[in-house]
Amino acid sequence: VSQDALTAMQHGLQSCETCGLLSRPARGDEDGRCPRCDKAVAFRKHQSIQHTWAYLIAAAICYIPANVLPVLTTTTATGTETDTILQGVVLLWSPKGWPLSLIVLVASIIIPSAKILALAYLLITAQRGAVENNEQRVRLYRMIEFIGRWSMVDVFVDTFTAALIQLQPLMSVEPGPGLLFFAAVVVLTMLAVESFDPRLLWDFAGGEQKASSIEVTHA
Amino acid sequence: MPAESLKLANGLAMDEIAVYNEPVSDPKLIACIHCDLLQRLPELAPGASARCPRCNKELWRHREDSLNRTLALTFGAALLYVIANSVPMLGLTIVGRGASTTVFGGAQHLWEDGQYFVAALVFFTAIVAPALQIGMMLAIVLAARRERPPRWVGTLMRHHPTTRIWSMIEVMMLGVLVALIKIADYATVIPGVALFVLGALIFVLAGMQASFDPREVWERIEWAEVPPSSDAEHGMIEEHGTIEDAP
Repeated sequence: VSQDALTAMQHGLQSCETCGLLSRPARGDEDGRCPRCDKAVAFRKHQSIQHTWAYLIAAAICYIPANVLPVLTTTTATGTETDTILQGVVLLWSPKGWPLSLIVLVASIIIPSAKILALAYLLITAQRGAVENNEQRVRLYRMIEFIGRWSMVDVFVDTFTAALIQLQPLMSVEPGPGLLFFAAVVVLTMLAVESFDPRLLWDFAGGEQKASSIEVTHA
Repeated sequence: MPAESLKLANGLAMDEIAVYNEPVSDPKLIACIHCDLLQRLPELAPGASARCPRCNKELWRHREDSLNRTLALTFGAALLYVIANSVPMLGLTIVGRGASTTVFGGAQHLWEDGQYFVAALVFFTAIVAPALQIGMMLAIVLAARRERPPRWVGTLMRHHPTTRIWSMIEVMMLGVLVALIKIADYATVIPGVALFVLGALIFVLAGMQASFDPREVWERIEWAEVPPSSDAEHGMIEEHGTIEDAP
């Protein structure tokens, strides 16, 4: 085994995604199952780049109607009003209510768009075999993995606003068609993050290992 | 099952049969899940953690008294979950009229409005996934206390991370709070008991996950019967003995 061989794959070993057991394929290159947890193991997630692109493109397409179509329809005695996500943010903006407005702005507009752009960046650099900024890129991946779920906030806000404000004929709120597309964006980007394999970011990295020992933090 | 499928393996359906990989002999030898760097885990004192030297991913945190603490917190979470889903969460009054809703009521209303996908998503992330997260953890921890945890514990362990990703009680809580303040402009809002119980549940769930040490359970779990290896494969095992010393 050469000096450059740092990864399990270079040693012909596969690590199980779920239980972490390191094992060697019994039939040469053919993928087998993890003997400990029975999960199919592979060197890298199968078709990771293609699957992630598919989810991401679908999310990007849904992102447009999610922002253009209304997410809430308010009916009062005087008439009907519809709000898109952005109109909702603007409506909430007031000297007292701006923190709320900011929460919705970050969770519903900034996080989904940043997530789509960041994943596209990771996919393109992984496909090109980029060897720079690996640490930053894997950190970016962890950030979008951690933060993505918070986009669901707006779905819950609209759900419970609509469930509660049912005071016909005084005032009633119903979810609009944009909510479906927005929920789809959240789900599709979460699936995209799940199908991306961060190990692909390192496959061209070569032997520029920084430290030789594992860092241990004591309690 | 492996004994039977091996007989078949000499016959026709080669591809349909589960072929198990051969484990490396040193259980401390692992690969980082985020960068695949091959390395050996050091011995860790309870409470200590190890990080990957290349990408800084936490490889393992040795939890103290993991099974007992997780069991206690899981029982607590189960109790809070039942209460949170059986009492009203939010109510409002406006000019003498009142309304209230539970967590389930929110999803139900969307369904009645024809928003089937969003209703199903809310139902799944706010009710089903948290129930699975708590229920599966309870089964895992109870079974893992046995001398030799049965194989189905492995199946539950495999699917547990998925329930954790889709269980969004804390996100729902933020959404409810935003909705509550928004509605407060038009009407008098009455926070229900479930709202406070859910607030407590978020912390108990976080504690439950933080005290759980999957590695401890995986190390004791019953394995699949690895089929007897041929001579050629014995050669491979010998070879990896040299690899072990490399990193």
